[in-house]
Amino acid sequence: MALSRRKFIKIGSTTAGAVALTSGLTTDWWSLQAHQLPDPRTDGDRIVPTFCELCFWKCGVLAHVREGRVTKIVGNPKHPLSNGRLCPRGAGGVGALYDPDRLKRPMIRVSKRGEDKFEEVSWETALDETAARMEKLRLKYGAEALALFTHGYGGSWFTQLVKAWGTPNVVAPSYAQCRGPREAAFEITYGQGVGSPEAIDIRNARCITLIGSHLGENMHNTQVQEFADAIGSGAQLVVVDPRYSVAASKAKYWLPIKPGTDIALLLAWMNVIVTEKRYDADYLDKYATGLAELELHVAGKTPEWAYPITGLDPGLIRETARFIAGFRPSSLVHPGRHVTWYGDDTQRMRCIAILAALLGSWGRRGGYLLPSSMGLRKYPPFSSGRGMADAADKPTAEHYPMAGEVLASGVCEATVSAAPYGVKGWMVYGTNLIQALPNPKQTEEAIANLDLLVAIDVLPAEIVGWADIVLPESTYLERHDDLWAASYKEPFVAIRQPVVEPMFDSKPGWWIAKELANRLGLAEVFPWKNGEENIRWRLEESGYDVEAALRDGVVKGEVVPVCEEEGAELYFGTESEKIELFSQQLADAGFDPLPEFTPPDEPPLGMFRLLSGRAPMHTFGRTTNNRDLGALMGENEVWINAMAARSLAGFEEAPLKTGDYVRLENQDGVMSGPVKAKVTERIRGDAVYLVHGFGHTAKGLTFAHNRGASDSALTTRFKVDPVMGGTGMNVNFVRIARAEA
Amino acid sequence: MVEVEIFRNSASIDPQLHIWGWEIPVYLFLGGLTGGIMILTAVAGRRGAGLGLSRAMRLLPFAAPLLLSLGMGALFLDLEYKLHVFRFYTAMKPTSPMSWGSWLLLLIYPATVLLGLARLTDEDVATLPLLRSLRGRTADTLARLRAFGTANVGTVETANVILGIALGGYTGILLGTLGARALWSSVLLGPLFLVSGLSTGAAFMMLFHLGHEEHATLRRWDIAAIVVELLLLGLFFVELASSGGAKGRAAAALFFGGGYTAVFWSLVVVAGLAAPLAIEIAEGRKWLRPAIAAPALLLVGGLSLRWIFVLAGQAAV
Amino acid sequence: MLLKNYRKRYAMVMDTRRCVGCQACVLACKAENGVPHNGYRDWIVTETKGEFPHLSMEIRSERCMHCTNAPCVTNCPTGASHYSKGGTVQSDRALCTGCKACIAACPYDARYVHPDGFVDKCTFCMHRVERGANPACVEGCPTKALAFGDLNDSASEVARLLRENPPKLLSPEEGTEPNLYFLI
Repeated sequence: MALSRRKFIKIGSTTAGAVALTSGLTTDWWSLQAHQLPDPRTDGDRIVPTFCELCFWKCGVLAHVREGRVTKIVGNPKHPLSNGRLCPRGAGGVGALYDPDRLKRPMIRVSKRGEDKFEEVSWETALDETAARMEKLRLKYGAEALALFTHGYGGSWFTQLVKAWGTPNVVAPSYAQCRGPREAAFEITYGQGVGSPEAIDIRNARCITLIGSHLGENMHNTQVQEFADAIGSGAQLVVVDPRYSVAASKAKYWLPIKPGTDIALLLAWMNVIVTEKRYDADYLDKYATGLAELELHVAGKTPEWAYPITGLDPGLIRETARFIAGFRPSSLVHPGRHVTWYGDDTQRMRCIAILAALLGSWGRRGGYLLPSSMGLRKYPPFSSGRGMADAADKPTAEHYPMAGEVLASGVCEATVSAAPYGVKGWMVYGTNLIQALPNPKQTEEAIANLDLLVAIDVLPAEIVGWADIVLPESTYLERHDDLWAASYKEPFVAIRQPVVEPMFDSKPGWWIAKELANRLGLAEVFPWKNGEENIRWRLEESGYDVEAALRDGVVKGEVVPVCEEEGAELYFGTESEKIELFSQQLADAGFDPLPEFTPPDEPPLGMFRLLSGRAPMHTFGRTTNNRDLGALMGENEVWINAMAARSLAGFEEAPLKTGDYVRLENQDGVMSGPVKAKVTERIRGDAVYLVHGFGHTAKGLTFAHNRGASDSALTTRFKVDPVMGGTGMNVNFVRIARAEA
Repeated sequence: MVEVEIFRNSASIDPQLHIWGWEIPVYLFLGGLTGGIMILTAVAGRRGAGLGLSRAMRLLPFAAPLLLSLGMGALFLDLEYKLHVFRFYTAMKPTSPMSWGSWLLLLIYPATVLLGLARLTDEDVATLPLLRSLRGRTADTLARLRAFGTANVGTVETANVILGIALGGYTGILLGTLGARALWSSVLLGPLFLVSGLSTGAAFMMLFHLGHEEHATLRRWDIAAIVVELLLLGLFFVELASSGGAKGRAAAALFFGGGYTAVFWSLVVVAGLAAPLAIEIAEGRKWLRPAIAAPALLLVGGLSLRWIFVLAGQAAV
Repeated sequence: MLLKNYRKRYAMVMDTRRCVGCQACVLACKAENGVPHNGYRDWIVTETKGEFPHLSMEIRSERCMHCTNAPCVTNCPTGASHYSKGGTVQSDRALCTGCKACIAACPYDARYVHPDGFVDKCTFCMHRVERGANPACVEGCPTKALAFGDLNDSASEVARLLRENPPKLLSPEEGTEPNLYFLI
């Protein structure tokens, strides 16, 4: 059949049309399916540098603001602590700023203390009341009857204020409840503490030894960055931990040590290094005293001696000692961070300090570097002319002779016992003492004795519920704080400036402190008009480019030699002006001049030692209400060894499995809230592990309330370190019970 | 021991996949059912050459679009972004069974309606409530469509058979091509759901007042379909356990001791297949009078099969 | 015009040895892309093998693999899931009906249902890559465990890393040809 032209065109065009349609429908070739690239538009129209306050490391950040709202926070590439990259908490600052549970207005208690019933008042009222009651306290008991508990960089204003006002009791829980033993031990040994940020050369260490430190879950940003670089360049790891931490998983040697026996291991290591002459002889010759005494002291403390104590194979102990020594001087024994474990912690830290000296690592590349800081002009000091009593943190003057700071736990005890004198008022800045201090019952007892409790905070944590007066501070993103001239291997001055205006009726700390000062007749303590004027004046007077500093968020200092290899001269602030392996100072005070091992208590039958630690997306209780960070970790879990879980009493019918909810009951009958179990091979059978900071009871923390279990509530007992008063908290035991549905 | 911890809590995929609930099983069931009805109504007509069919059998083709519409309603409810439903029809993706399905569904309406119209007798048009009141243009269109259907009844019947096979089979292929899900990833799922659709289609039809021969024919088709279905199920599990790897074995274990064992064997195998098979054989041998027991059990079994498969497939790793 | 899009082959290399599982990548992505709280475009997986005390652990930062042979693209009925620049797989929310076939098809659990009704996943931060930056997770990672770049460029970091280290792929038996490589 012949095709007419018309028909051909008809068929042809229909076919062509069909082909076009089909091809269009089946491909992306034409605009029927033009795909848009999604652009979330979170880059800021304003980018403001400041430094973070989610933990106490204080990394430099860049906050992006878009149409008045902070969209994201990233690292400041110019800042030596963040190097342009942040841990998850840094990025979580947005969640802290926009936390719906934030304290919004000043409040005054309207019922019994602890019932958490407040009425909102004006700042005028709140500040007048605070000042009036402070003065009343001073006239009745003396200024020393007021204690300031502070943690967080913004606390500096209140420290200045109360010191001028006349109290010596300015305490940070970060000493006796955290780093204190290591500061004391290193001061005793080297004449200076370790400080923060620690000037350790992780990046260049060829061998890194961690005693209980879980770097990688403990997320001090710069240290973890260097840790990864070290691993990337072939550094070796030796990890001593009852738990298979993230660090342990990257280690050449993981020593799953019996909790509380680290001193025995360290002494055994010293035994091997000393008897086999693997120490840096020239270094010790030049810089140290007491080697002979040390040799004598560790003579009998062989790996075989340590084996039944630690549970570690003597061959392994010997091998790791040789291994660590083989990399000297770039063999870093990490000083740890939270080291208040068993009450003999200063002595354990002394072991670490001594070991570091044997390896010749102090003042050497890959070891402990020499920090320096930049000069910053201060305003002329103001003195109120009032005499200063002694701090109240020690029952007698003879107690805790090596304590370098005031002990928070000691002040708490003085509040209970009125010895050496009664502390009658607490001002609490940014620290949730109910979770920070061990034995929360004692803390509550202390609070009951107070005439005045003022809380200055951002969130309604438990301590805020106990307060008489609550003063809402703005977050770090909404305020100026004082300049920070860090003492570090790379000196710098960091700027904290507001990114957005204070939300609700919150006020920056400088304003609160200044307003109080005015009411207390101490206006001269803060001669500046506002926080901005303070930092501008100080920068200018110190000779720094103010505009550049505010634009960059940081002023970097001159690079000075940080180790012997760079030409630095090593100096030790000890009595002998040398590294004191044997400490006469300790001997004179009646303590062991060289560390001795004392066995820890054994867990009662059927109970496990409670260990606690950190998670990289949280700063214990400080961040657990943050919803952004809560999406990464919303609750903690209790780690139980798989084999131990199989033989738990009460679980015979239905063996415990991961995800089941349990309760922990400690030796004093305190019961935790329900917490998820993690049945794992990654922990010894005699211990259980919880990330610290969960199990909030404060109803105001609507996200964190009742999530997970509180290890602090279970820490009813603690062992006090006699050398510096630190509170060893790993001395509580728990049994596991099923949580009812 | 291997401990895997996934630090993620995504909606719809954690702690286990839960993207599809009742909507998809209901659609798969109704889709299979429709496919079965399409095939059987077309074939039944072939036999009687349009004459001698009971009224129920003549009208049953119309059940197909109704049931399918219900199914599509369920499908629509499953969509998370309902406003975009038209997007199924601005693309044709040859590699996507769902895309084939969405276009296929369009074709089924004209095919089944035409078959029904072709089967209608004048008496039906005059007496049936919906049709007898039609006047003017509508009545004319109806007449024209009837004429068209009757004139091309052969093609229409063939179209119904082909589209019915496609519909019944694609409901299985839909799941079968999802390689990531161990329980579904099998080439047998297409045939299995097709045969199941045939069986449930027959069961649905047997609920109506059919002629004696028609009922017997359907019963014979159904018995054959159930036997093949049982065989395919057996083959399916053999394949899963032998060549599915560790994930396949774990998926199979759900039905042999795991969480879906009880419901599967009771609702699907025993109540849904074995019992109706026995009943129908007995009915065929005239030991039992034909009743609704077998069809009802088959329908419940058919829905259960799909429901369990959709849920279990998401539960399996 | 069309082929130019495909001359690059974007890929990501994830060094599990450097990763500590801190989840900075997770939050960096959420912040950059406005990912809702109950959605995760990337996440951490830890895999521990052995019995106490003989253990080993691998830590991975996972996300969409941007497969060269993506089952989500194959199964998407509307073309919402499609191949795009540099061979990446993108999800066009304007075309998405929320049928979730792609979620069912994905062997990597990379996709999730967004509260707004469409299915979402990692985009390799194409909006950043287009202006010469790296994906947010890569730039945010404090241990520098993530690298991103064009595999077809032999001088790129990803190409170099893969030359120097034999990579591990996830679920290679699925035939997806993933473009996220793990260094172990």
